Amino acid sequence: MNSRALQTTIIFLVVGGIIALSLGGFFGSASRQFSSVLIDAQTWFSSRFTGLQDFITAPRDIVSLRTRNAELETQVSQLQAQVIELQQRVNETEILAALVDFSRSNPESTYKAAAVIGRDPSPFLHYIIINRGSNDDIRRGMPVVTNQGLVGRIDAVIADAARVQLITDPASAVNVYLQNAETNAVAFGSVTGDISLDMISQSVTIESGDLILTSGLGGGFPSDLIIGQVVTIRNLEFELFQQATIQPAVDFTRLEIVLVITNFRPVDITPLEPLPSP
Amino acid sequence: MRNIIAFPLLGLAVILQSSMVSQVRLISGYADLPLLMLAAWALQERVKSSWQWTAVACLMIGFVSSMPWPVIAIGYFGVIFMAQILQRRVWQAPLLAMFSVIFIGTLFIHLLSFVVLFALGTPLPFDDVIGMITLPSLLLNLLFSIPIYALMRDLAHWVYPLEEHE
Repeated sequence: MNSRALQTTIIFLVVGGIIALSLGGFFGSASRQFSSVLIDAQTWFSSRFTGLQDFITAPRDIVSLRTRNAELETQVSQLQAQVIELQQRVNETEILAALVDFSRSNPESTYKAAAVIGRDPSPFLHYIIINRGSNDDIRRGMPVVTNQGLVGRIDAVIADAARVQLITDPASAVNVYLQNAETNAVAFGSVTGDISLDMISQSVTIESGDLILTSGLGGGFPSDLIIGQVVTIRNLEFELFQQATIQPAVDFTRLEIVLVITNFRPVDITPLEPLPSP
Repeated sequence: MRNIIAFPLLGLAVILQSSMVSQVRLISGYADLPLLMLAAWALQERVKSSWQWTAVACLMIGFVSSMPWPVIAIGYFGVIFMAQILQRRVWQAPLLAMFSVIFIGTLFIHLLSFVVLFALGTPLPFDDVIGMITLPSLLLNLLFSIPIYALMRDLAHWVYPLEEHE
């Protein structure tokens, strides 16, 4: 072994021994001070480098972030539109489910569902327009209902639409039956959309909450369709009949989907009515 | 030629009236969008086609509404007649003319509707009609008359450009 190789070996042994001793904790405070200086230097360089890197790369990041933000905002608005659409579908599904339940519980009638697409332009009249017409076998006079009760009857029909006269229309009159009192009466609409009951015999006792159904008299509507409940009663001794106001079972301001009873044909009793005497 | 826009525009007005405006109620009354558009159109100085527009609107409304058609025709043509008279006399203050036409026109159409429906046997209490339908409708019509007037003025400038007019 020559002297140069011996020198290298000694250097390696010394350095290795120092490292081994420092790892073994024999240098104590000297080692800590040295390492802290190193760490401080490293921290200083690192923080400066990070700052410089941010300074150089930040504009590009802002652009990319803005782009990403715009993309996400677009996605959010699309998802919000989807949520609204799905909520509408859920509402429609709930209404349709209720209507299906209603039609199953009344199997004697056949129904055709229709969406409400408009109302009469005149505030004097209470009519709705539905999206079913003569192409769907809808005919004039057919009753229109929801799962809550009677809505009205078909007044005019074209190929793909029909106009329905609501029972709240001032020209509407429906023969009804008060279930608890077991008597007949007539339900009239009004310009305000309220329904009132008239032609109730003075000898009959009616109470608030009494259920009102169609009687089927006159042939305009099938019997036993729910109209509403008695709310207030007006009973004056000097009048021929009692009157009452009705809380309708159907919410006429929120009509969306209705059922047309297609197997009911109204009876025209006009020829049977007595002519006025001259 | 640009007057053909009357068909889609009035069609849209009748659809909006039937599907949306009739749902925006004040008590039991609501605005009359076709009336507002026709009155604003008839009050434009350059416009010469207001009678034709009214005929188109009457056809469309008569098709949708169950109101007897004479009420619609007499009502709307009467309002346009009044608008044309006012347009010649109060032309310096078009908004004043618009308010006047809408005020008198709404009362005229409602009175006509009331009389005809009453004559046909529909029970209509006069107090209810005035308080619940006519006055709220009148207020809504007056509120909507300003934006509709501005819209129809711009449309009149497009349908009747100045150089063509002169």
